[in-house]
Amino acid sequence: MKQSVFTGPEPTPLSPRMSRLRLLGDSSAIVRPGQFVSLALPGFFLRRPFSVCDWDASGFCIVYEQVGKGTGAMRALQEGDTLDVLTGLGNGFDLDRAGSAPLLVGGGSGVSPMLGLARRLLVRGAKPTVILGFGSREEVILREGFRLLGVTPLFTTADGSFGLRGLVTDAMGGLEPSFFYACGPEAMLRAVAEQCGADGQLSFDARMGCGFGVCMGCTRMTKSGPKRVCRDGPVFDKEEIVWED
Amino acid sequence: MGRLSVKLCGIELSNPVIPASGTFGYGHEFAELFDLNRLGTFSFKGTTAKPRFGNPAPRIAEASAGMLNAVGLQNPGADAVIAQELPKLAKIFHKPVIANVCGFSAEEYAEVCAKLDACPQVGWLEVNVSCPNAHGGGMSFGTDPAAAAEVTRAVKAVTTKPVIVKLSPNVTDIVSIARACEDAGADALSLINTVLAMRIDLKTRRPILANVTGGLSGPAIFPLALRMVWQVSRAVSVPVIGVGGVTSAEDAVEMMLAGATAVQVGAANLVDPRTCLSIIDELPAVLDRMGVQNITEIIGGAHG
Repeated sequence: MKQSVFTGPEPTPLSPRMSRLRLLGDSSAIVRPGQFVSLALPGFFLRRPFSVCDWDASGFCIVYEQVGKGTGAMRALQEGDTLDVLTGLGNGFDLDRAGSAPLLVGGGSGVSPMLGLARRLLVRGAKPTVILGFGSREEVILREGFRLLGVTPLFTTADGSFGLRGLVTDAMGGLEPSFFYACGPEAMLRAVAEQCGADGQLSFDARMGCGFGVCMGCTRMTKSGPKRVCRDGPVFDKEEIVWED
Repeated sequence: MGRLSVKLCGIELSNPVIPASGTFGYGHEFAELFDLNRLGTFSFKGTTAKPRFGNPAPRIAEASAGMLNAVGLQNPGADAVIAQELPKLAKIFHKPVIANVCGFSAEEYAEVCAKLDACPQVGWLEVNVSCPNAHGGGMSFGTDPAAAAEVTRAVKAVTTKPVIVKLSPNVTDIVSIARACEDAGADALSLINTVLAMRIDLKTRRPILANVTGGLSGPAIFPLALRMVWQVSRAVSVPVIGVGGVTSAEDAVEMMLAGATAVQVGAANLVDPRTCLSIIDELPAVLDRMGVQNITEIIGGAHG
């Protein structure tokens, strides 16, 4: 964990509800895809946690959905604004388990960490298959990011307006990946874990207090006891997960 | 003694700024950002006899200038704290620590305190009779003078370490509870714990917290905490630790002017993990502006 000040240009709208925010500063604490950052937003008491979409030596970018007042305020950020950011939070995905042909599944705003993950798997010589699911065509994001990586994701939309009609699991038929990585709504994570025969890791969302492991606000039960989503996660091994009804 | 030093029940603190229980874990996460030994001490996560998972999610909600929590005393239990957490802590923190203890009966409080009394690292026992999120425990003891006194007596009977009783603001007359604890042998009082509160989600029209209610903390409760510290410190002769919404050196000084011998910092640690260090660093300049040499000179200064 590191605490430092980042500066940024204004957020880039990606879809009616999604935006990308790139922030420049010391990104040295970000060491794995699937880790997250926590932003102190002026006017709000608690920080806001966001999965890192991708990063390099000069900073990182996040992709976020405008769901509440905090993310609404982020849309008002202007070029040159500075933000106090905690970086390098959470465990992130374990790249060593990927094997030669891993499957990456993202749903909604959960597609965000899949870009940084795909980039690093490609560097290691893996051949990832990427499935990205959305509600409809206007919600589809990160096409360009994956195109620049030379990866062609399989897209699904619930209403069939882009890619395959249906859910991400409808695009998984016939795949026999070496390992899988998933991030998205909990119902999606569960469906992917139940359908995919391979071992895998899943990244969970949670309402957090601190984001660095001290308030016990985001605990979930696992097969090896209570775990903090922010510190012991947000990525958990498939075999560790206890699904909540 | 340095100009920020205070004595709490005979034990010297290099400064009066203490991270509050439940906002500091066992210190390890903060040790990634700064040397814990810059602190006078800290109060570790509330400990019960048995491991507790705590309440269902969501456990956290935001408020104007504050937050609500309904964690429900998640902790690994006294035996695991003693066998695992305290040895790990000994490697990074070399001063006496405050052990925060909670229970569901006077006997449980005494059982946990007896175990922690045997740990040389523990300098003080902070008896939490004020957790609003543990049903049948915690606050149910701290809202009745007789019950608070009973827990205090039970704990005092099993320890020679100083006993700090942490009081709830969710009462009609905090002074009567404070007096009952002092009469029962409390060596110090810390106040306040969180204020019982709730939020409702407009989309679902349901309470945000799965526990329905939670404890409000943060700057929103500072004036309320300050008022109670003022009232209690006038009524008792044992030291009072001021807790509730402290985020700055000025807040800490205000608490001490109201009668606090030391202050605890809670919710602010979750937002800016360096808050306690910032307060410690800024205190000398605040004292300079006030023309005060030693911080002990301001304790209770507002009482005239």
